[in-house]
Amino acid sequence: MITYIIRRLLASVVLLFVVSVMTFSIFYVVPRIAGGTPETLATRYVGRSATAATVHLTAQRLGFYDPMTVQYANWAKGIVVGADYDYGAGIERCPAPCLGYSFITKQPVWPDLLDRAPVTFSLAIGASIIWLVAGVSTGVLSALRRGSFFDRGTMGVALAGVSLPIFFTGLVSLAFFSYSLGWTAPGGQFVPFTESPAQWAYSLILPWITLSFLFSAQYARLTRAGMLETMHEDYIRTARAKGLRERNVVIQHGLRAALTPILTIFGLDVGLLLGGAILTEKTFSLNGLGKYAVDGINTQDMPKIMGVTLFAAFFIVMANLIVDLMYAVVDPRVRTL
Amino acid sequence: MNTNAASLVDAGTPVAAGPFLQVRDLRVHFPTDDGVVKSVDGLSFTVERGQTLGIVGESGSGKSVTSLSIMGLHAPGTAEISGQVMLNGDELISASAEHVRKLRGKNMAMIFQDPLSAMHPFYTVGHQIIEAYRIHNHVSKQVARKHAIDMLDRVGIPQPGQRVDDYPHQFSGGMRQRAMIAMALSCDPDLLIADEPTTALDVTVQAQILDLIRDLQQEFNSAVIIITHDLGVVAELADDILVMYAGRCVEYASANEIFTEPRHPYTWGLLGSMPRLDRERTERLKPIQGSPPSLINVPNGCPFHPRCTYADLTAGASQSQRPELVEISRRHFLACHLTAQDRQRIWDNDIRPGL
Repeated sequence: MITYIIRRLLASVVLLFVVSVMTFSIFYVVPRIAGGTPETLATRYVGRSATAATVHLTAQRLGFYDPMTVQYANWAKGIVVGADYDYGAGIERCPAPCLGYSFITKQPVWPDLLDRAPVTFSLAIGASIIWLVAGVSTGVLSALRRGSFFDRGTMGVALAGVSLPIFFTGLVSLAFFSYSLGWTAPGGQFVPFTESPAQWAYSLILPWITLSFLFSAQYARLTRAGMLETMHEDYIRTARAKGLRERNVVIQHGLRAALTPILTIFGLDVGLLLGGAILTEKTFSLNGLGKYAVDGINTQDMPKIMGVTLFAAFFIVMANLIVDLMYAVVDPRVRTL
Repeated sequence: MNTNAASLVDAGTPVAAGPFLQVRDLRVHFPTDDGVVKSVDGLSFTVERGQTLGIVGESGSGKSVTSLSIMGLHAPGTAEISGQVMLNGDELISASAEHVRKLRGKNMAMIFQDPLSAMHPFYTVGHQIIEAYRIHNHVSKQVARKHAIDMLDRVGIPQPGQRVDDYPHQFSGGMRQRAMIAMALSCDPDLLIADEPTTALDVTVQAQILDLIRDLQQEFNSAVIIITHDLGVVAELADDILVMYAGRCVEYASANEIFTEPRHPYTWGLLGSMPRLDRERTERLKPIQGSPPSLINVPNGCPFHPRCTYADLTAGASQSQRPELVEISRRHFLACHLTAQDRQRIWDNDIRPGL
């Protein structure tokens, strides 16, 4: 068990390193391979009107003439311990984790990310709880009443849920529930949980439901398939042969086994969402990480894009780690590995 | 071998203070898109407490379906079950599902073929035994745990105090089957059904498990049904043997009779295909020709006739008429069109010397 945990932890560290190398390569190495020079890279930092000498000086200060390995080491060091930027008129201290400065706003990226994270986290956590409960319970009921009206109905809705994109369901539900009926808040009104939990939930209820509709559909189908399979296992027959009540057979023996693969996907889905739910945030005008990334892409603001990429990658790696560790808790056969 | 005279009761006679388990004219049919699968088609037998019945037949002869119907384990709506199953005077086929559930585990228990897949991989062995015990006994977890450790000790698990917290995958195949037996016997059931209890096990472990079942049967005085395709398994254990073919009983007698005076060509075939170490090694084992019939289109007449070497001796009766199960001698039931003389002659001249 201990070796399993250590192995998973080490694997995560390695994975984070690989992710950072790849991110760095995409933003610094690939442009060079594509024909860029240190000067063209530095142009972005000084503006279009700068003279060739200024550009050259900036490229030198930012270390663009250094070998790639040195550049990576400096960049990685900035994330871990912080960096000092010499911009000519003095030295600017960028505290760890230093993800650079936005080209547009000239503000450091990290505080921006911290500012946006609560929106994205609130969205992801609320929606994931809803879809887990809704998806798994309808999946179980569908499996137990296979072929019934309920089963066909929910699976039909689930098919629609999987097929309809968020920007469609989101806009339709906004038009209907917010603008026509006035039941929910229109988009773009995030209230932090710490300010008012009720207002927080009210501001997010529609994005939650829209986002979880998509996932619930997927989870209902997965749970149904899993339950149909496990309920035919020999150990289910054994549980019945003991005289166990059917309800306990289903929940303690059937669902317990069927939930394991769903847990894996759940961890990864939540990890993915913590890096920003681009479509949902855009549809409901929520200032989360996803929207931040889109803004970065639209304005070609490289440090922003890079920051969100690393941030999201970090959560996906963490989600992977947690899923692996959860596996050991859920499935005793994994512990002896 | 037990030759208790009361064990084979004529299936047609209702007895007030009847035998402990009496199955009468059991029929289990599964409607499918291709037609009705008649898995069990008119089966009758009895088992007394302290006695063992062996049900023998090839795969697909309806052995397991029979046991699952007694236990009430067919999913509702899938099987059409008729006939009577009387357990200690309690009729089970017409009883409510809830009533049968309460009897399961407590009055009747079952051991399954593959102990690895029959135990839940996510729960400890102890948890699964404790669960079985606490369904029918309102005791604390500590008491149930102590009972589980006792049961594991009883079935010969070494260091039961530690092994109780092991998961099924940490047990060997034989130990898993022992744990299954401990689980089945945890509520002291009156009827134990063992469905191919040794098929998934090593040969060396098979004998141990069979010994264990016999010892525990004597200790608990339970009625036991052993379902198997291996006559060698029931040779040791069974008092009576019922040979099944295509969902019906073809021969039913005491184990002694089945081994010394078998009368059905199918039983001869089963005996001939059984490896024997106590006999001279003459030639290859004799398999039964052909394969079991489809249970949707059971052959007309005797269902065994397409595979039977002697079907032509009956002047067409085997091909057209279904043989009834009749008592040919005391407590020996047979469904075959061969005349008594033919049967005796074939057995004496052709079959016995070759076994």
